[in-house]
Amino acid sequence: MGYSFLRLAREALRDHTGWRPAWRDAEPKPRYDVVVIGGGGHGLATAYYLARNHGARNVAVVEKGWIGGGNTGRNTTVIRSNYYFPSSAELYDLSLRLYENLGVDLNYNVMVSQRGFLFLAHAPLQLEMYNRIVNALLVNGIDAELLSSDEVFRRAPLLNRAMRWPVVGGFTQPRAGIARHDAVAWGYARAADRLGVDIVQHCEVTGLRQAGGRITAVETTRGTIEAGAVAIVVAGHSSVLAAMAGLRLPVTSYALQAMVSEPVKPILDTVVNSPATGVYVSQSDKGELVFGGGLDLYPSYAQRGNLPVVEHVIAGLIEMFPAFAQLRLMRKWAGIVDVVHDSSPILGPTPVDGLYINCGWGTGGFKAIPAGGWLTAHCIATGGHHALSAPFDLGRFATGALVDEAAAAGIAH
Amino acid sequence: MLLIACPFCGPRDETEFRCGGESHIARPGPAETVSDERWGDYLFNRANPKGVHLERWLHGHGCGQWFNVARDTVSHRVLAVYRMGDPPPKDLTP
Repeated sequence: MGYSFLRLAREALRDHTGWRPAWRDAEPKPRYDVVVIGGGGHGLATAYYLARNHGARNVAVVEKGWIGGGNTGRNTTVIRSNYYFPSSAELYDLSLRLYENLGVDLNYNVMVSQRGFLFLAHAPLQLEMYNRIVNALLVNGIDAELLSSDEVFRRAPLLNRAMRWPVVGGFTQPRAGIARHDAVAWGYARAADRLGVDIVQHCEVTGLRQAGGRITAVETTRGTIEAGAVAIVVAGHSSVLAAMAGLRLPVTSYALQAMVSEPVKPILDTVVNSPATGVYVSQSDKGELVFGGGLDLYPSYAQRGNLPVVEHVIAGLIEMFPAFAQLRLMRKWAGIVDVVHDSSPILGPTPVDGLYINCGWGTGGFKAIPAGGWLTAHCIATGGHHALSAPFDLGRFATGALVDEAAAAGIAH
Repeated sequence: MLLIACPFCGPRDETEFRCGGESHIARPGPAETVSDERWGDYLFNRANPKGVHLERWLHGHGCGQWFNVARDTVSHRVLAVYRMGDPPPKDLTP
């Protein structure tokens, strides 16, 4: 039964005794048409769009832990599409447009809040580069606005006016913002489940079987599951899963840390990012300041980072917002992100028939969940590429046709 | 905080060092015999293991020397430190 105001009122009148689990905790069947490995946002979205857009009715998502327990539950919830190259802009803006309607589409409140994403410039040259980026964004059809320093301080009044390198301006993407990360995983899980997708938790993949260059089955801790097609959608563990199929990937796994303060009353109503201090921050609907910075720069699968990066991030945050020095840090954590040389994702088929991959989102996977799922589902259903996924094929590392967003969009990798 | 024993300076905090990625990658050649796939594999593909990783580190805020470290990517434990050009310890070789 769908969620609605009438349903809420009815449950309120009977002491909320009618709510049922939002999805089935399925037992694995011996065979599926498609097995999606990884129950994060991208994996669940892949299964949902396979069922909704392509009519697939025999699909499983297998997850070694619990759904949304990896990077989907560890990110800083930012959504935006201000990427430089046309192929990236189309990809990320498809994602943002799907996010804008996701609550209605899934019948699940994912709490999208388009509060804008503000980039700070601390030097005139940086502002000139922002001018160039804003022009590129507008040419690509992405909303963007160059701001004077007065306009920046009006949007973020607590921002430090006496920084060592004062803010001279900035730019914003007004349609960017934040969404509720857990709700994205849960909403996709519930919607996929209602279309017949089996969500199998606590089921770790231990091997991939092939016959004649084609994938035939996944071996798991809960038995062998035959599969017509398999998708690897596991972010930081992509190299580990790909190795089970004999593939090497241009991926390095790093720990990316994030942290939250104690909750306070509303004091910041946009996302603020300073590439110069390497820090970005937003305030959650619960009132916590959610912030993070760069990577712990050595390969890691540890899901925890080290203190020098925490110190660096907090130093940058306090330089930007001196008032935040009064707050106590409540939690910090890390997710394992799959960083690729050109900071662009890897989407689509692999050299093994029937094996597909969705990885390489690096530090920015959450914002891409709807598009990643949409395009991975298209590739699996058609056996080929979608026009938007083709530039992100694994083969670009042999042809050299990289989509070098690291240099172009000035994102913090 | 990692404590890394620089072979030239002794144990120092991780903030003095920079990780230079996977070690022991041999450049294929001569260039005209190398396919695009092989060259792409050399440039971009990495072992990225969950477990023992053989990697290069630079003591940038110290002696300025490069050296090799064998480190577990799950526990972050430094298992061995050895000089550039030396083979990795046999018991840690994948």
